[in-house]
Amino acid sequence: MEEMILPTSEAMLDGMTHLVSERALEGETLLLNMGPQHPSTHGVLRLLLELDGEKVITVIPDIGYLHTGVEKNMESKTYLKAEVMTDRLDYLNTMGNNLVYVLAIEKLAELDVPPRADGIRVIFTELQRIASHLVWLGTHALDLAAMSVFLYCFREREIILDIMEMCSGQRMMTTYFRPGGLWRDVPSGFEDAVREFIKIFPARIDEYEALLTRNPLFLERVQGLGVLTKENALRWAITGPMLRASGVGFDLRKAKPYSGYEQYDFDIPTQTAGDTYARYQVRMEEMRQSLRIVEQALNKLPYGPVRSNNRKYVPPPRSELGVSMEAVIHHFKLWTEGFNPPAGAVYSAVESPRGELGVYLVSDGGPKPYRIHWRVPSFDNLQILPMLAKGHLVADLVALIGTTDIVLGDVDR
Amino acid sequence: MGIEKRSGNLPIPDDQTNSTTKTGNMGVVTARIDDIVNWARTNSMWPMLFGLACCAIEMMGAQAANYDMSRFGMELMRASPRQSDLMIVAGRVSRKMAPVLRRLYDQMPDPKWVISMGDCASCGGVFNNYAIVQGVDEVVPVDVYVAGCPPRPEALIHGIMTLHEKVKQERFKLVG
Amino acid sequence: MDDSTSNMEHNPTEFELNSTVQRMVEKFGARVEEFRGDPTLEVRADQIVALCQTLRDIEGFEMLVDETAVDYWPAEAPRFHVIYLLRSVSRNQTLCLRVPLDGNEPVMPTMTGVYPNANWYERELWDMFGIHFAGHPDLRRILMPHDWVGHPLRKDYPLGYEEPQFTFNYEQIQARKLNPKD
Repeated sequence: MEEMILPTSEAMLDGMTHLVSERALEGETLLLNMGPQHPSTHGVLRLLLELDGEKVITVIPDIGYLHTGVEKNMESKTYLKAEVMTDRLDYLNTMGNNLVYVLAIEKLAELDVPPRADGIRVIFTELQRIASHLVWLGTHALDLAAMSVFLYCFREREIILDIMEMCSGQRMMTTYFRPGGLWRDVPSGFEDAVREFIKIFPARIDEYEALLTRNPLFLERVQGLGVLTKENALRWAITGPMLRASGVGFDLRKAKPYSGYEQYDFDIPTQTAGDTYARYQVRMEEMRQSLRIVEQALNKLPYGPVRSNNRKYVPPPRSELGVSMEAVIHHFKLWTEGFNPPAGAVYSAVESPRGELGVYLVSDGGPKPYRIHWRVPSFDNLQILPMLAKGHLVADLVALIGTTDIVLGDVDR
Repeated sequence: MGIEKRSGNLPIPDDQTNSTTKTGNMGVVTARIDDIVNWARTNSMWPMLFGLACCAIEMMGAQAANYDMSRFGMELMRASPRQSDLMIVAGRVSRKMAPVLRRLYDQMPDPKWVISMGDCASCGGVFNNYAIVQGVDEVVPVDVYVAGCPPRPEALIHGIMTLHEKVKQERFKLVG
Repeated sequence: MDDSTSNMEHNPTEFELNSTVQRMVEKFGARVEEFRGDPTLEVRADQIVALCQTLRDIEGFEMLVDETAVDYWPAEAPRFHVIYLLRSVSRNQTLCLRVPLDGNEPVMPTMTGVYPNANWYERELWDMFGIHFAGHPDLRRILMPHDWVGHPLRKDYPLGYEEPQFTFNYEQIQARKLNPKD
């Protein structure tokens, strides 16, 4: 086989020449661009690979292809109008994004939330977690050529999306949680739909496990792949299922409970192996635990209002507008200027399906957020991809991207 | 006389062998060449995977079992632009991604069509700022715009069927 | 199923954070501010690396959860505040640190020696704010294209808003455009 001297193009390296080894520049190893458009990158992620045959020597991620300027754009909208943009960050965990934003505003303004709203928020957040894990499972299995799992996962996801559409009118970008509670109360078919889902779903998870968990082809591909040790996970601030698969049982729902999570009884699944298979097991078990939380929340759901009475932040119901002058004034102020929370800076975080999702909100007392920063789990989880991929084959790279469960809308904001 | 459908090997009965009967099994179909070509193009249009953001999830949902796009001929989604003829731009195109989009469009062989799926691809959507291209038609020529944020899978399928209608209107010109 | 062999299983009660904060105030002369129950330590740029080293090694703050900045333009001194959020998993605490920076081209020491995941965060801060981190192994743009000019998240950078054209403002917008399409 003749020697292949491959030219290294400066345009491909784009200022990254100092990151690849000497062998690449001479042409001894292959520089391959796993470009922004690729079926397995789960979005627009560009990976510059340096390959020695099939072995990966370096992986250089190049992100920013989905940069949306959300942080800057939210500074020029009022708090409520900016909430619309929060759904579109991590688009698989839309209600979780809403939740963390709304929690930050509520912490800043010291706004109370009625317990019924808390309960419904928990139900929806956990359903969203299940939906996100279903997409993860479907695409991860699809990348590893188990295509039927993808179709089954999306079948279940459609049921969850129907529930969301029933309550908020939108399948994905719901903006259902508002500061002070919810947009409106759930309709009458909600409880039956959720109970129906709780009844059928455990059997479906068993179906997925039957397809994958002891499948020798799947095991061959994922066991021992991308081992993340406990020390590395903490040093690199990895959170979420990746951290829990490496032996650290840290979950924000138990450590710093929000929205009434302390009243529900659930376990935090952890594994110690830290490889791709361990992460798969953790996420599968998380789906079961989420279903447990949904069932408990639904059983304990109290009657009552779903929005706070604080008229400085929450608009009055329309029926009140005909009888009360203050209601009209509050309505007018909220619709023209928006609410003005006090000046200060808060950080509030929730446990998203990917890890710790946090909002650092700085307010100057005006109707628009002065500075909002999103602490996104996929940003940190992607940073360790070069470390996980060293020494593995190109084909394993696809499994590794799937196991980190990154969403590029999150990474690039 | 009407056309009778007969299978190939049955003998023609004696009372029907007059010359005015068409048996219809002569193996010849006549149509216009435009119709045949357009029928072939619409019924097996392969989309290129260009899912960028949230609309990609709805596109995947449209491809999945509940709102099956395979019934309309889009059985597979080709990752390679050289093997596809439809580019569904699903999601927001940032300024860093725009040259990549153009390059992929140029790499697709003719005939090619573009569907701009979702509000962000059609007009910039919710994001009116420095980072997002305000409508992908600044970069590539678009045939069908599908509105929605994200559009339901049924809306995407409606957009595809509109594209099929558009393709069926295309006519050939003889160059000579 | 539940193989948790680590001793880091948490119950929601927290360790007392105030003693840690007091020790840092004594050692580094930091200013403390408390808002909504969360303390924030404000230190100078030259002390921040030493402070984080102490917090990581002695006080047990293993994770740098977030590193971000706020631009207070048109205030010149300080114009930027760089904010670090540290988390202690073993003690279940969160601590916020603030570093005020003056001027339009500020320089700060890098945190990558103490917390390696600060690498991409500092690249993002360079990209978005123009804060230079001395000692960073690979400081280049991360979210914007590599040849972009300007630092988008600064307050004096325009949003890039495209004004929608209606019939009443059509003529004015066309007159402002460089090459109006027909």
